[in-house]
Amino acid sequence: MLGPLDYFLWFLGISVQAGAVVCAVKARLFTRFFTLNLYLLVASIIGAGRYFFFAYYGLTSIQYSYFYYFSDTFLTICLYFTLMQLYSRVFEEMGVNQYLRVGAILLLGGTAWFSYQVVLGSSDKMLGKFVVELSLNLYFVGLVLTYLLWGAVVKLRETRTQLIQLVLGLGVYFSAFAANYALRHLYPQFSTVWTYLPPLMAIWLPMAWAYTFLKIPVDARLAPARVVAAHR
Amino acid sequence: MIAALFLVISVAAFLQFFIAYCRSLIAAYKQVDLSEDAREVTGIEDHLVMGDDFRRLLQLVRLCPEPGDDRMEIGAVRLYYSMLNMLRAIFRSLAPRVAHWTEQERAGCAYFAAVALDRRIAHNRDLMAQQMSG
Repeated sequence: MLGPLDYFLWFLGISVQAGAVVCAVKARLFTRFFTLNLYLLVASIIGAGRYFFFAYYGLTSIQYSYFYYFSDTFLTICLYFTLMQLYSRVFEEMGVNQYLRVGAILLLGGTAWFSYQVVLGSSDKMLGKFVVELSLNLYFVGLVLTYLLWGAVVKLRETRTQLIQLVLGLGVYFSAFAANYALRHLYPQFSTVWTYLPPLMAIWLPMAWAYTFLKIPVDARLAPARVVAAHR
Repeated sequence: MIAALFLVISVAAFLQFFIAYCRSLIAAYKQVDLSEDAREVTGIEDHLVMGDDFRRLLQLVRLCPEPGDDRMEIGAVRLYYSMLNMLRAIFRSLAPRVAHWTEQERAGCAYFAAVALDRRIAHNRDLMAQQMSG
């Protein structure tokens, strides 16, 4: 049974995701960060779709469950490609976009294969288990890749403030999600708390990105060395 | 065991990303010069501001009607400021260098709040001007 807070977070999430796309259009950054905006747009449409399935079939229905998990995997794949676009932005001057694309597809394929191997022993609902496993594994791969990307940003002395903040926003999102997953396993008795963290993070990410689109000028520059925490 | 290890890694990554994100916000705001009005209201000259001013500046920010686009960033920096306060309390006597670093960071947070206040003042002035002309 959903309470007022669940509905509030649900609708706030959809509005903030759609709002972030509006901010990108307003700042004329829609095509510049196309996959990022596509992810936000798809996320808001899926959020609305989930509500439709929930209202029509109910929260505990098989239709809602299937739609939820399949759409979640689809969204995770979209987020994965968003991360790849950030990679190609950081490495654009090195002319390695072709290799990045091939590497991204191979890694996605590898993750899917690994997820398939994990659920291979299950006799029932294998497809359902596969999409859940793939989604989880992609989150972990996403966290590692974002960490590597942040390392590259620092190493290559990337100075574009917009890009730095988009990468860091994604890093906060992925790591919070991973921490939440681990906490849910360690302390299942506090499941109420762990249930609310993902929707809160799903609100945080588009808000952080919308702020970057609106408030940070395209030509703003920032030395990443000033951002990495180190005391002198 | 694996879940606990994963928790440690993800929390460490979260802290690193969160701190870097907050520092990127503060560094971006540091590049902004305060307007005359903001200097007058806050009493800040040049970029010289003390970390202890953060709460006072934040109270002034709260008094200003918000444009509705900086609440999350202010919240993030406020959380970062609380973390710094905790660090400062722990390391004040143990490691003065860390305490000195936290003081610098706290001053950055205070300047961030001053710029946020400046933006809100400018926003409200624009709103007033629109109402007067309309």
